[in-house]
Amino acid sequence: MSSTPSTSLLKALSPSDHDEDLVQRKALLAEIDASCRLPVLLFFICGTLWLLVGTLFALITSWKMHHPDLLGNIAWLTFGRVRPVHLNTVIFGFASEVAIGVSLWLMCRLCRVTLMHKWIIIMAAVFWNVGVVVGVLGILAGDNTGIEWLEFPPYASPILFFSYALIAVWGIITFRFRREKHLYVSQWYLLAALLWFPWLYSSANIMLIMDPVRGTVQSAVNWWFAHNVLGLWFTPIGLAAIYYFIPKVTGKPIHSYYLSALGFWSLALFYNWNGGHHLVGGPMPAWLVTVSIVASVMMTIPVVTVGINHHLTMKGSFHMLRHSPTLRFMVFGGMNYTVASLHGVLSALRSVSEVTHFTHHTISHAHTGMYAFFTMVMFGSMYYIIPRLTLREWPSAMLIRVHFWFTALGIILYMGPLTLGGILQGYAMLNPDVPFLDVVKLTVPYLKIRTVAGIIIAIGHTAFFINLTWIILRQLQPYRQPTRMIIAATRNAINPALP
Amino acid sequence: MNYGPLLFFGIFLTIASSWCGLVLIPQLQFGGQQAVKLESGEQYPPVRPGGAQRGEAVYRANGCIYCHSQQVRAAEFGADIKRNWGTRRTVALDYIRDKPVMLGTMRTGPDLSNIGVRNPSRSWQLTHLFNPQSTSAGSVMPPFGFLFETRKAGQRPAPDALQLPAPFNPPPGFEVVPTQAANDLVDYLLSLKANVPLPEAK
Repeated sequence: MSSTPSTSLLKALSPSDHDEDLVQRKALLAEIDASCRLPVLLFFICGTLWLLVGTLFALITSWKMHHPDLLGNIAWLTFGRVRPVHLNTVIFGFASEVAIGVSLWLMCRLCRVTLMHKWIIIMAAVFWNVGVVVGVLGILAGDNTGIEWLEFPPYASPILFFSYALIAVWGIITFRFRREKHLYVSQWYLLAALLWFPWLYSSANIMLIMDPVRGTVQSAVNWWFAHNVLGLWFTPIGLAAIYYFIPKVTGKPIHSYYLSALGFWSLALFYNWNGGHHLVGGPMPAWLVTVSIVASVMMTIPVVTVGINHHLTMKGSFHMLRHSPTLRFMVFGGMNYTVASLHGVLSALRSVSEVTHFTHHTISHAHTGMYAFFTMVMFGSMYYIIPRLTLREWPSAMLIRVHFWFTALGIILYMGPLTLGGILQGYAMLNPDVPFLDVVKLTVPYLKIRTVAGIIIAIGHTAFFINLTWIILRQLQPYRQPTRMIIAATRNAINPALP
Repeated sequence: MNYGPLLFFGIFLTIASSWCGLVLIPQLQFGGQQAVKLESGEQYPPVRPGGAQRGEAVYRANGCIYCHSQQVRAAEFGADIKRNWGTRRTVALDYIRDKPVMLGTMRTGPDLSNIGVRNPSRSWQLTHLFNPQSTSAGSVMPPFGFLFETRKAGQRPAPDALQLPAPFNPPPGFEVVPTQAANDLVDYLLSLKANVPLPEAK
């Protein structure tokens, strides 16, 4: 652990101040973590349960793609219903809930204030889960709205929106009460995500479901929304977490402030214009698609900037990957952010899209972004935060290893073959001499590999779930001995240079 | 960047820009599009009859969109027209009566913009929906048996009983008849026709 020379000199001259400072900082951290304990754990536990539900639906969906007779004659389990249930449970159940938990904890830590009136957040968590349950049952019952990424029926989305409003307002109020005047880069991203998502969600719900606009304007709004759920909601929170945890674990500050600022503002400028690239070749005005392709290409700037900044921060600390699960998940996620984004830039080009649009290539790409990047970063964050909330260590290092390797290798096995299969499918479709059924048969082996990958990932999730249940059970038991966590918390308190 | 208000302003401005660009301007440009009168005196796009409207809801509820697109790309872009999925590209006007517009992003199955032109046989559509393997061996499309009723055959077979090929037919003395939902869905599929020549689609 390094600390800035000025503070250590000051502390050396005035040891009593130092002690008081240290005690105060330690007390404050303990107080913040205690205030976050119940609400943040609630989001993490419910989110993880949704992850298991979402994984189960993923496996059913994937299996049906090569064995369509599986559960074939049950209306509520037909392919076209389980697929959106998979998407919505992992997006709004798992990913959003864990993202909210991580955001609230980061916000409190970085603002150095406790989570005030935590019952508001607990209430929001309850509402959020009710909203997801109602939405999922609605889709299974056949009330899918037919709008991708917005399938929850109109009686479920207002519950989610109400809950979200509570959370966003609370995040911003926490920010207003900040004691730390310096704004860290993670806070920029968190604030942006908290403000962007309600605009997206309310606009899309009003213009597509409550009072639908006419014709293909719907498609423009649909993809403006759907792409931005990833770009303006999940990505900023994922990046905020990487910006926080890499320096935290390695004990080194972020390489460059200027790269951080460049990365943030270029993302803010370009990402939200990307949606139209989902409509390449479609019945849309050419300008709309073109402007989105241009913005997609411009995404190279934030992606490369952030990638370099994270890499140079990590440089010299890669050996720590062996011991820190948080860091391992973060670095894997961060690398895949670069991969997913550059892959996205390529896929947006008209010449590439002509082949890959409408194929499994797109599905693979979506999982690179949502899973290999975002989900892995959220796992890493939970490995760091949960022991500090429960004041217990993770019960099993073995389960963490199983979790990491099964999910990491599983998602690689998912992405590689399915990307290739999608490209082959695209070229086959471009050749009118290949009968359509032959195109379908060509993809089947890749779809089977995808199911195998899904099973491997599911094993990883189960390992995480067992470890999580175990640590929560330990938390419920009386406290026995001080853990390494306390020591770590003390060390962090000594070094104010770190976030 | 320690100045909170500046940060808020920037965050607000960036999303406002894309909201104006990708949401508001399209709405102003073609959100008010109206049906046109063809030379034959008919309206295009025509209002869907009741059965097809209900069928649109069946299509939506069962997630057909996840495997079937409803958009034909231009002749020089992709092989959509060479595959006979349409005679022309689809344009904004084709969709103004759709609730919601289901362009789709995936072609696990073929495009359906013109399925009503390409395969207008009601009995083929019903047989295919009941069990896609019966007409297209090797397809990965799920069966929609829950839209049909397998019941004891009466003295005479019902007029709408499906004529299924050998391994797919019901046990002797039974027959498979489509429910209202299956008939509605086929009404909808047969109403999908984007083949009227339009000046903007040339």
